[in-house]
Amino acid sequence: MESVAFIVLSILTVTSAAVVALPFVRNMVVCALALAVNLVSVAGLFFLLSSQFIGFLQVIVYAGAIMVVILFVLMLLSVDDEQHMGSSGFFQRYLGPLLAAGFVAIVGSTLVVSSQATAFPALPDSYGTVGALGRELFTRFFYPFEAISLLLVVAMIGAVLLAKRRL
Amino acid sequence: MPLGPEKFLMLSAVLFTLGVLGVLLRRGAISILMSIELMLNGANLSFITFARQYGQAEGQIYVFFIITLAAAEAALGLAIVIALFRLRESTDVDQLSLFKW
Amino acid sequence: MTELLISPVAITFFQILIVINVLMASVALMTWVERRLSAVIQYRLGPNRVGPFGLFQPLADGIKFMMKQEIVPAHANRAIFILAPALSLIPALCAFAVIPFGPTVELFGRQISLVIVNVDGGILFALAATSLGVYGIVLGGWSSNSKYSLMGGLRASAQMVSYELALALSLIGVLLVSGTLRPVEIVEQQAGWFWNWNVLGGWQPLGFLIFVVAGYAETNRLPFDMPEAESELVAGYHTEYSAMKFSMFFMAEYVNMITASALAVTLFLGGYQLGFPVPFSGWPLWILQILAFVTKVAALLFLFVWVRWTLPRFRYDQLMSLGWKGLFPLALVNVIITAVLVAFDVVQR
Repeated sequence: MESVAFIVLSILTVTSAAVVALPFVRNMVVCALALAVNLVSVAGLFFLLSSQFIGFLQVIVYAGAIMVVILFVLMLLSVDDEQHMGSSGFFQRYLGPLLAAGFVAIVGSTLVVSSQATAFPALPDSYGTVGALGRELFTRFFYPFEAISLLLVVAMIGAVLLAKRRL
Repeated sequence: MPLGPEKFLMLSAVLFTLGVLGVLLRRGAISILMSIELMLNGANLSFITFARQYGQAEGQIYVFFIITLAAAEAALGLAIVIALFRLRESTDVDQLSLFKW
Repeated sequence: MTELLISPVAITFFQILIVINVLMASVALMTWVERRLSAVIQYRLGPNRVGPFGLFQPLADGIKFMMKQEIVPAHANRAIFILAPALSLIPALCAFAVIPFGPTVELFGRQISLVIVNVDGGILFALAATSLGVYGIVLGGWSSNSKYSLMGGLRASAQMVSYELALALSLIGVLLVSGTLRPVEIVEQQAGWFWNWNVLGGWQPLGFLIFVVAGYAETNRLPFDMPEAESELVAGYHTEYSAMKFSMFFMAEYVNMITASALAVTLFLGGYQLGFPVPFSGWPLWILQILAFVTKVAALLFLFVWVRWTLPRFRYDQLMSLGWKGLFPLALVNVIITAVLVAFDVVQR
């Protein structure tokens, strides 16, 4: 049952990521939708890995807020379809994908070498629950937590300032 | 087929690579931003896989912070794209070169 | 065979079947309720021809919607145009998966809790489903290739995203008091007399008010329905939609209303708890509790319709300033007050 879910979710993830990344789909709203599908399927993968809180966070924040903001900007600016990749050089067009394929091959070879299928170890019951993460956040990671709230305020002010017509 | 960390890590590598390819091959500014989000997603999946492997909550906390940072970065990146759009009337990065040659 | 039929998977399947059917039937009933209640408020008759008291009016409406011609605008993005209503309806239906509509009953020798899934971050699931419901409206507005639809869609989704903040913050008050996100446990903690419900005994009247107002804004109902008001934007994001796709948007709005009411009932009004102790237990108690849940949801839906036909509509900038400058600070104040009350042990749960 879990492997079926994993196969379905991974196919969905890779296909939607390919639609976003590879320059075959020119319409940017369709790419944004594909990215939203990708984010939700990655959230599904998080649920498979028993990280419930992070899965919900991914859907609420990433797929439900960030992607909506990207869609807003796309629709407000009514951006045209993307142009075909024009006069870019040899390196960008061929060497880049070659190096990328090489990277995936190297990672794949290190992972396939240990070819007996290892399973995940058993977990404590409170793994991935909201309570466990909250406890960690407010004890060990308290300073990063406060720092990131400060960073969010700074980002908010910065975004408003950058997008204003006249300061 | 028991699920193991190798499969998830392979998937995370593929996601990251696709993100890098998107940054290299795409021409619209917002598409490049979306490819950056893909890279962040690949890294998130890797963190969660290792957190699951060792049973500790640290990896999940890192992903929590990465998601928050991605939100801030997307907001700022889109504000920059809006400002550039007002200047150049297009989000094509090939036209965003101020040095003409 | 019988083991397969009463296995947990089959029980969940039957629960899903029952819940979706009841939801769809309630949506049809809600359209009738809305038209009759608005007639009562406006001192006229309302539909009373089709069937007794006009009760078959939703059936007639459904047949009309199925028979109408489906028009897709000329330069619209066809795939997204057809996808958008479904994207609006499906998250609305999914959000109902974490709402407990009854106690733990004993059936076929098993303990079945009348909730589809009791996951640890239960209320977060409902929030996630509401966040995904924005997509249908944004895409419906954009794919119609019409300026009214685009403006309506953008305004509606900006409004929904803004009021989601106040909604989530009002939930934090309940979370602080209950100490858990599982909806079944939140309802179990509100057992006993009705002053034990979260709105009174959990010191959450302000939270309840914020939740209800944000719920009105989330479901695009008056007084927050500027994005789809007839006199303002023709019909907003569903201007270009006809027949079945329009009725799917319609259904999605009513299902959102029912989900918002059910969430408010679960979190603040004691869920399926009766509000007074009864001497018996077993089957009569369980039936009474399910009826109590339905009654409370119906009362909140009555409030939805009543407010719609009583109050005038907010202008869009008034709406956004209410959300950001009014409800959001108020929700923060509610969190602080609740935190102080919990820290000094005023609330015992």
